[in-house]
Amino acid sequence: MRLDCPICGERDRREFYYQGAALRRPAAEVWGPDWDDYIHNRENPAGVTRDLWQHEQGCGAWLVVTRNTVTHEVLDVTLAAEMGA
Amino acid sequence: MRIEGKGLIDRTRPVSFHFDGHRYQGFQGDTLASALLANGLRMIARSFKYHRPRGVMTDSSAEPNALVTVGRGAAQEPNLRATTIELQEGLWACSQNRWPTLGLDVLAVNDLFARFLGAGFYYKTFMWPRAFWERVYEPLIRRAAGLGALSGASAEDRHERAFAHCDVLVIGGGPAGLMAARAAAEAGADVILAEEDTRLGGRILAECGEIDGLAALQWVEEIAGQLAGMPNVRIMTRTAVTGAYDGGTYGALERMAPDVADRPHAPKGCFWRIVARRAVLASGALERPVAFPDNDRPGVMMAGAVRAYVNRWGVAPGRATVVFGNNDSAHRAVADLQEAGVHVAALVDARSYATCDLDVPFYPGAQVCGTSGRRGLESVALATPRGVERIAADCLAVSGGWNPSVHLACHMGARPVWDPVLQAFLPPEGAVPGLCAAGAAAGRFSTRACLESGLAEGRRAARDLGLSTPDLTVPMAEDHVYDILPLWRVEGRGRAWLDFANDVTVKDVELAARESFRSVEHMKRYTTQGMAPDQGKNSNVGALAVLAETTGQGIAETGTTTFRPPYVPVPIAALGAGGKGKGFAPERLTTSHAESLARGAPMIEAGLWYRPSYFPKTGEHHWRQSCDREVVMVREAVGICDVSTLGKIDLQGPDAARFLDFVYTTRFSTLKVGRVRYGLMLREDGHVMDDGTCARLAEHHYLMTTTTAAAGQVMRHLEFVHQGLRPEWDLRMVSVTEQWAQFAVAGPRSRDLLNGLLEVPIDDAGMPYMGCGAVRLGGVAARLFRISFSGEHAYEIAVPARYGAALFASLVKAAETMGGGPYGMEALNVLRIEKGFITHAEIHGRVTAFDIGMQGMMSTKKDFIGKAAASRPGLLAVDREQLVGLRPVGAIKELLAGAHLFGEDAEAISVNDQGYVTSACYSPTLGHVIGLGFLRRGRARLGEQVRAVDHLRGSETLCEVTEIVQHDREGGRVRG
Amino acid sequence: MRFSGLRVIAEGLTGNRGWPAQWRDAPPKAEYDVVIIGGGGHGLATAHYLAKRHGITNVAVLEKGYLGGGNVGRNTTIVRANYFLPGNSEFYSHSLKLWEGLEADLNYNVMHSQRGQIVLFHSDGQRDAIVRRGNAMINQGDDAELLSVAQLKRLVPYLDYEQARFPIHGGLLQRRAGTARHDAVAWGYARSASARGVDLIQNCAVTGIDIENGQVRGVQTTRGAIRARKVAIVVAGRSSEVAAMAGLRLPIESHVLQAFVTEGLKPVVHHVISFGMGHFYISQSDKGGLVFGGDLDMYASYAARGNLPLVEHVMEAGMTLMPMIGNARVLRSWGGIMDMSPDGSPIIDHSPVEGLYLNCGWCYGGFKAVPGSGDALAHLIATDRPHPAAAGFRLDRFTTGRGLMDEEGTGAQHNLH
Repeated sequence: MRLDCPICGERDRREFYYQGAALRRPAAEVWGPDWDDYIHNRENPAGVTRDLWQHEQGCGAWLVVTRNTVTHEVLDVTLAAEMGA
Repeated sequence: MRIEGKGLIDRTRPVSFHFDGHRYQGFQGDTLASALLANGLRMIARSFKYHRPRGVMTDSSAEPNALVTVGRGAAQEPNLRATTIELQEGLWACSQNRWPTLGLDVLAVNDLFARFLGAGFYYKTFMWPRAFWERVYEPLIRRAAGLGALSGASAEDRHERAFAHCDVLVIGGGPAGLMAARAAAEAGADVILAEEDTRLGGRILAECGEIDGLAALQWVEEIAGQLAGMPNVRIMTRTAVTGAYDGGTYGALERMAPDVADRPHAPKGCFWRIVARRAVLASGALERPVAFPDNDRPGVMMAGAVRAYVNRWGVAPGRATVVFGNNDSAHRAVADLQEAGVHVAALVDARSYATCDLDVPFYPGAQVCGTSGRRGLESVALATPRGVERIAADCLAVSGGWNPSVHLACHMGARPVWDPVLQAFLPPEGAVPGLCAAGAAAGRFSTRACLESGLAEGRRAARDLGLSTPDLTVPMAEDHVYDILPLWRVEGRGRAWLDFANDVTVKDVELAARESFRSVEHMKRYTTQGMAPDQGKNSNVGALAVLAETTGQGIAETGTTTFRPPYVPVPIAALGAGGKGKGFAPERLTTSHAESLARGAPMIEAGLWYRPSYFPKTGEHHWRQSCDREVVMVREAVGICDVSTLGKIDLQGPDAARFLDFVYTTRFSTLKVGRVRYGLMLREDGHVMDDGTCARLAEHHYLMTTTTAAAGQVMRHLEFVHQGLRPEWDLRMVSVTEQWAQFAVAGPRSRDLLNGLLEVPIDDAGMPYMGCGAVRLGGVAARLFRISFSGEHAYEIAVPARYGAALFASLVKAAETMGGGPYGMEALNVLRIEKGFITHAEIHGRVTAFDIGMQGMMSTKKDFIGKAAASRPGLLAVDREQLVGLRPVGAIKELLAGAHLFGEDAEAISVNDQGYVTSACYSPTLGHVIGLGFLRRGRARLGEQVRAVDHLRGSETLCEVTEIVQHDREGGRVRG
Repeated sequence: MRFSGLRVIAEGLTGNRGWPAQWRDAPPKAEYDVVIIGGGGHGLATAHYLAKRHGITNVAVLEKGYLGGGNVGRNTTIVRANYFLPGNSEFYSHSLKLWEGLEADLNYNVMHSQRGQIVLFHSDGQRDAIVRRGNAMINQGDDAELLSVAQLKRLVPYLDYEQARFPIHGGLLQRRAGTARHDAVAWGYARSASARGVDLIQNCAVTGIDIENGQVRGVQTTRGAIRARKVAIVVAGRSSEVAAMAGLRLPIESHVLQAFVTEGLKPVVHHVISFGMGHFYISQSDKGGLVFGGDLDMYASYAARGNLPLVEHVMEAGMTLMPMIGNARVLRSWGGIMDMSPDGSPIIDHSPVEGLYLNCGWCYGGFKAVPGSGDALAHLIATDRPHPAAAGFRLDRFTTGRGLMDEEGTGAQHNLH
């Protein structure tokens, strides 16, 4: 698997760290269903998903990767800083 | 028997080798298989289950029978295919899975009991008495099973791994691959041509046709020469592409030629990760057998292999050969044999409509229905329209048709497509992005069709890459039409093998279907068909065809099992090259490493780092002696400890302060410049991630320390919080762990020691507890932090890493003049347990700030990472296990980390479990053993007695629950 | 037909023509008391225990593909009970006890082999954590022994005790741990359930779950609608997809886990060995192949196949731990889809929909759980009360924070367990 880091270019998967689904962090400072959804519950689609990766062995950029979980096709890679995860 | 004048072997270079202890001779260019055949050896192996005599069946890596063990001692390699072993002087090969000898194999008795050993018999028996499974049945089964043996000695780490990148990867160097490579290369693409065999040519090497009016071999030489001369082409022979992975990545195993591998320090092979923008699969096709009774005897071979042994190696596999097929390949084999002067006893063609103009006894519409010969083929029985005939023969060449090598095209989960005309599975289109099939792999079986489709796919690949394609014409070559009559099995007495390597017969497949295992996956798993070293290359299609016949479903509906990498077996030593011993993970060394070693310190692993355990002095024989001395030294004088392994993260920018407020539970924006604060960091799920100190070096400049273990995780987390959650905040951060060497100077004499080295002395007012600032020593700018992990008046001093070794030496030298010296991890641990400071033994990922008594550090006035999740009721429940101190109070004074805590009189079973000991040590300061642990409702139980029970080590200790801090509870010493 | 050695001989003497089908391939009926979605190990075991322990036999097991085609047919076959957190500890202990009687229970030789598992440790910190674990195992009534390096050298002389990057300091041995023949477990349960009247329906994919007024009514399938009073989702790997048919969003992320087998070899590895520092575990099958695996590929995936970085890492771990396997050759790799939960522990619970039950989140520990999970889910379905050994596997533990079972201590990131 290879990801096209917007800063460094196409790199092998082993340079990247995977975190999980790209979701918006709730604003509330107290626990609630939105937090449960942020931390635990997942759409977990068999198909196109957006997840968070970091180019840890490269530029350190956090990336939002649009990807197909069935084919492993990578559809888009965007800097998390530009999207707001 | 050798055939004069044939073959690509070098008869001027004889090579001697050993098989089963006997010395034989072959020639340069032979494989072990060709050399053994040339020496008249037919029985080379015993089969897996029934220990039937077996001989060479193929000329490829798909060989199911002729598996041997090569080499001795640590270099012993089991299960190598004799068909791919390049003969070299002194080669030592042995047959396997037989005892005591190949000829006299005791377990051959299994063949007599075969009726009781059919598919899945073991699921139905060996159940009584129960205790016999592990003691009797399983050991017997295990010993009988398996093929070759590992030596048990540590294997050499003589492989390499490498990356390669190209525009077009051509897999296979036969006619299709050569044309594809040429087309792509002439278009200007960077091409890698990978060929599993030792030389280019593919099937051409086994045949004797013409291309463009040249002998086909000569044509191969010419085009290979052209390709070799092109700077954008890399030809990799002996390189099997083993798997197709995501992103155009292919795995490939390259074997070095024996003469190269034998050079000193040369690798034996290399596992390549080839990244290709396009790939052409020109992997050819494998000929398949027919399941007729007793089709497994030595001497029964694939017709294409017989041609290869005749044409390429100049070996006649038999004196009298019967050729049997259901397609024209059988006829071409006869022609080649006759051309080479080898006697063909009969040509048996299952197609009744077939004609033959060769001078050979011809049996159209007939089938081989049996064979005889104990250790090798002696005669062949034919079922002809006129009845059964028996023909003496010592070689039977079989062609049941051809299976395109579609494997790589299916490695991403797609199934191949059944072609009823070709009676073969073809590669699915587009199943591996960027990969197209050409030649026989695509079901284009004539030489001309191979050349044509190779050219077309090479062009297509180049075009896809935006290159203009060259004007090449398809060379002239034979262009036969592939005609095949489906023939999977022949009825008759006796067992008919489908999977030779795993001893799976037609009856096994039928039994499986009768017993509910009608799905092809069930059949495979129940019979073990396709699970042998040949991965079903010889048997998958035949077995599923027989299954389809049995269940009445079509072959297409029955389908195949999943194709999985690797295409050919790959040594663990190749895939894991470099991993042996220390190669498994990087070694991180501190700047004091050499000095610590020089002082005799045993080094221990701390993550990837090495840290000194203790610094033994003359007369100390046990680590505890050194540790106790070092603890006392720190408490009473001064000790030096390298703390560079702690993570150091430099954060700068106008928003650095609010950022830290967000990642720590407490505020850091209120921290004054020149001051340090302890901070606790939670994960977003509300549990403690890490702790450490953070210093404010300037208004917009902080330096964070993390624990050694969590340094990477914290850095990644901070980057995420910044980029992912607060990208609008203006700050930058960088890990400076490697850039700064940092040493703890701890103990009542610490300031005296430092003042002997610093250019400007410090005092309590200028450098109070939790102060920090820039200092200079020896002309070098340094940073000084007055922080303590020992509870003593202590500092940490940091210098650029290049001065680390020198500073450590100076500090230790100065300390030694004051009754101090270096201390290691053991003493560091004791010092912190005495003071109740936590490490990842306590913050092990399941604890909350509440659990460790730091709930007060969770700010109510601001948001921070983990705040919401930490407010979940379960994370604040009073009955959670809370951190406490422990002190033995009974007769037993031993306390062991990992022991569980129980009430004084409660039985030590899980329902009574109250907690566990996380850390324990002997405290020379207090004169007794102390510990830390988590205890249910612990903070409310100070003064209570609990039992610490370690079943594993047979230890049980009555303890008093104490406060976490057991030494200097008032904390006066740290302020000096 | 009862299986036995005598029967094998009798059938052998008469041409093996008398062996009957091991299960009925049933067509779906219009209605069942219980529909179990998923014909893997857990689903088939649930059917067996429903029938055997609770007398509930009007049950259908719906399988999209072939029985046992999921993770029960695609794992490293390890059976152990070495968990240390409450909730897990009692469950796996219970499951191991069921394993010990499984052959007799099913009249099927699943080749459960209690050859012992050794978990290695490489530092004082790891020792302390492993001692805590071992003591928890003994507290639970299971067996555990701490092994010194000298003892290890006798038991497993082929490990690299001299040069390894992370020197071996000792190990924890559970003698009752071991392996089993994974496919046979599914088949044995299928045969038993079918014999007790359960309908096993293959090639029957569920396409919808019918819910009225918060109560489950049945399922829609590729072979028609089936009514049911109770429906259980037992489809680890695909849990999120099936639960979504009931409008549920689960705390599950699907990940690929690869495993490997070598060509057949004469016996050389006699235990299950776990090497935590390298995320590596290995045993040798009765057939002779070394069966081993490592960590997840680490990205969410339904592809049931992985990539080379993980492959190579696993092999490196093998080389550093036991370099004698270097000349063994990897014959086949495969990938399973793992239901990764936020704390690494499973869920066996009611769903918010009345009559709809969940059995998911097994991460990569599902194989050894098969008997316990089937027993516990059957108990829950039959009685609507959790089985005492599985009472900790609640769905709401994540939102309440009560009873989290994070054995790895890595927190609520699904792929880290």
